[in-house]
Amino acid sequence: MLSGGDILIRSLQEENVDHVFGYPGGAVLHIYDALFRQNKVKHVLVRHEQAATHMADGYARSTGLPGVVLVTSGPGATNAVTGIATAYMDSIPMVVISGQVQSHLIGTDSFQETDMVGISRPIVKHSFLVKKAEDIPMIIKKAFYIATTGRPGPVVVDIPKDITNPTDLVEYEYPSDVAIRSYSPAGKGHTGQIKKAISMLLNAERPMIYAGGGVIQGNGSELLVTLCRKVGFPVTNTLMGLGAFPATDSQFLGMLGMHGTYEANMAMHHCDLILAVGARFDDRVTNTVSKFCPNAKIIHVDIDPASIAKNVDVDVPIVGPVVSVLSEMNALLEANWVNRTDDQEKLLAEWWSQIEGWRKQDCLAVERDEHDTQIKPQEAVQAVYRATNGTSYVTTDVGQHQMFAALYYPFDEPRKWINSGGLGTMGFGLPAAMGVQMAFPEEVVTCITGEGSIQMNIQELSTCSQYGLPVKVINLNNRSLGMVKQWQDMQYDGRHSHSYMDSLPDFVALVESYGHIGFKVDRLDELEDVLAEVYSEKLKNRLVFVDIQTDPEVHVYPMHVAPNGSMRDMWLKKGVRT
Amino acid sequence: MRRIISVLIENEAGALSRVIGLFAQRNYNIESLTVAPTEDETLSRLTLTTEASDKQVEQITKQLNKLIEVVKLVDLTDGEHIERELMLIKLKAAGAQRAEIKRTADIFRGQIVDVTNATYTIQLTGTTEKLDAFLRSMADSTIMEVVRSGVSGLSRGEKILAL
Repeated sequence: MLSGGDILIRSLQEENVDHVFGYPGGAVLHIYDALFRQNKVKHVLVRHEQAATHMADGYARSTGLPGVVLVTSGPGATNAVTGIATAYMDSIPMVVISGQVQSHLIGTDSFQETDMVGISRPIVKHSFLVKKAEDIPMIIKKAFYIATTGRPGPVVVDIPKDITNPTDLVEYEYPSDVAIRSYSPAGKGHTGQIKKAISMLLNAERPMIYAGGGVIQGNGSELLVTLCRKVGFPVTNTLMGLGAFPATDSQFLGMLGMHGTYEANMAMHHCDLILAVGARFDDRVTNTVSKFCPNAKIIHVDIDPASIAKNVDVDVPIVGPVVSVLSEMNALLEANWVNRTDDQEKLLAEWWSQIEGWRKQDCLAVERDEHDTQIKPQEAVQAVYRATNGTSYVTTDVGQHQMFAALYYPFDEPRKWINSGGLGTMGFGLPAAMGVQMAFPEEVVTCITGEGSIQMNIQELSTCSQYGLPVKVINLNNRSLGMVKQWQDMQYDGRHSHSYMDSLPDFVALVESYGHIGFKVDRLDELEDVLAEVYSEKLKNRLVFVDIQTDPEVHVYPMHVAPNGSMRDMWLKKGVRT
Repeated sequence: MRRIISVLIENEAGALSRVIGLFAQRNYNIESLTVAPTEDETLSRLTLTTEASDKQVEQITKQLNKLIEVVKLVDLTDGEHIERELMLIKLKAAGAQRAEIKRTADIFRGQIVDVTNATYTIQLTGTTEKLDAFLRSMADSTIMEVVRSGVSGLSRGEKILAL
């Protein structure tokens, strides 16, 4: 016989949860007491519930395991909402346990009451309100099953305080299996459709492979690489898909979309076949949908049927897990690729030579006047890449620095690049990096951020002190909300309405006050040396914050021309467009 | 095009709010909605009508299917189907009007279910179109109150929506 609080913790143990990120409060006191009386599940105390959700998120993205969050009712729950929405938009497996007021007080506007199931409804894959302690094991089992299968996503479990009362004991047994009659994620793709796709791949003249975050979430990167190598087609990744295909490979054209490379966007526009895998034709990719890739037939592989034909009509939809579908495709390609004719290979070679022409544009070249000594943000990211040999985990916040990191730090492995792609959540980077560091204590974890974003969760520097998390924070400090300012430059005649950052703290003094190490860099010739020290063995176990003063006038390019532009319509530098 | 979508959902607290919330969240419209438990007490059957293009209705059904508590659904307008709606209408009925209203109600196979010396309350079942036609045949000034159940429907023939 166990109390609801003990049952909850035992259930988490059964799910092999090693970390819970959370913050205590009245409605979860029984649960925290149950946590105190065991040592299998480690609790990480954050400074704000939003950070708990981002930490769990970073943990989940880097490991592939579900992130677990524990917050109290009312403000604890509402503070978690931004992080839940972030995870929802990027399909990240997460289980969020929120305390609720006692059952008999629900609906009476009692202290710290909020309708968490209601508030979170549009941003969760599913949610539960627990009615009795006996139900906890099955609900937790279902929560983890739903969060991690099919298209993953966050699940909220809201538990009224009386359910976890230590004096009410009930029988405990953890279910070994779970079946939900109304939930059955696709097990494999339709073989007929897969065969059709193979024949289209065989006959394509100007093909493109467009792979997104689903490949990473579905652990399909290796299979994707096998497929791409077999067919020799050009490959592009979405912002969420970076690392799914090695970025330093010659078949890789870079990221596509609003801030995609010239060659990736041009190749998409001119191709005659798109193999889209685990990508969702987001508006930040397609530009004007009606003008998207006018000559392309589209094969779309996705675990979520609702992602298919949502934004763009497709010719061959394939609903299934990426591993199963790509395995099947690889087997068929292995058997059938010998049927490719010399003519077809010649056409592919011509397509590649056209792409090489676009590559010569060298769209990511960094411009610098002779007497300009300011650090360009792109150079800072390149220097970080060199200092880490391209092997660091990199999280970012949202804005220009995020795009610079995506474009100038090529990722050769999945799960190394961690950013809020769908929701675009400022304040994500630091706590996400902390979640990664918790999962991989020995690995190098870098948070590339800006002076705007970092201040949205900077209180977590305190959590880093408490748990000794040696995250390396690279602050690209341009004294302005760079992306907002860029849009104001381009679309509002340079009227910088509230896009400047005034009264900035002395970041070095600030991080030192938390017991960390800070550097301030404003000259390019100092950057290399400072970064060498930051990533040295000596500082391996220390959080280091590098405040890099960057040129505030730099824009992110390329950039899609909008509105009404197609994939090929881009700004290449200030005042220069395709 | 007008669509009638019938949905079997788990008969649990909160399931209905997920369906309604989905429509609001994704900017789909609901013209009518009716829901009640079925012969299987673990299930409720929900019928909703919406105005949507083929592409929109494809998204609507896919998104509905993604809701964990949605067990099964069918777009009744995909095939031959029967649809019925119930309307109760309270009318001013005095003097010569009484006979006229009674005659019209008979034409529409309506039943007078409540009578006072100044009013009739008529019960009418049929398609949405038929109920609309009856309303049009009544002078606006005589209509005091109208309540409609929303559309319910079934596929014709052997086809059923069941587990």
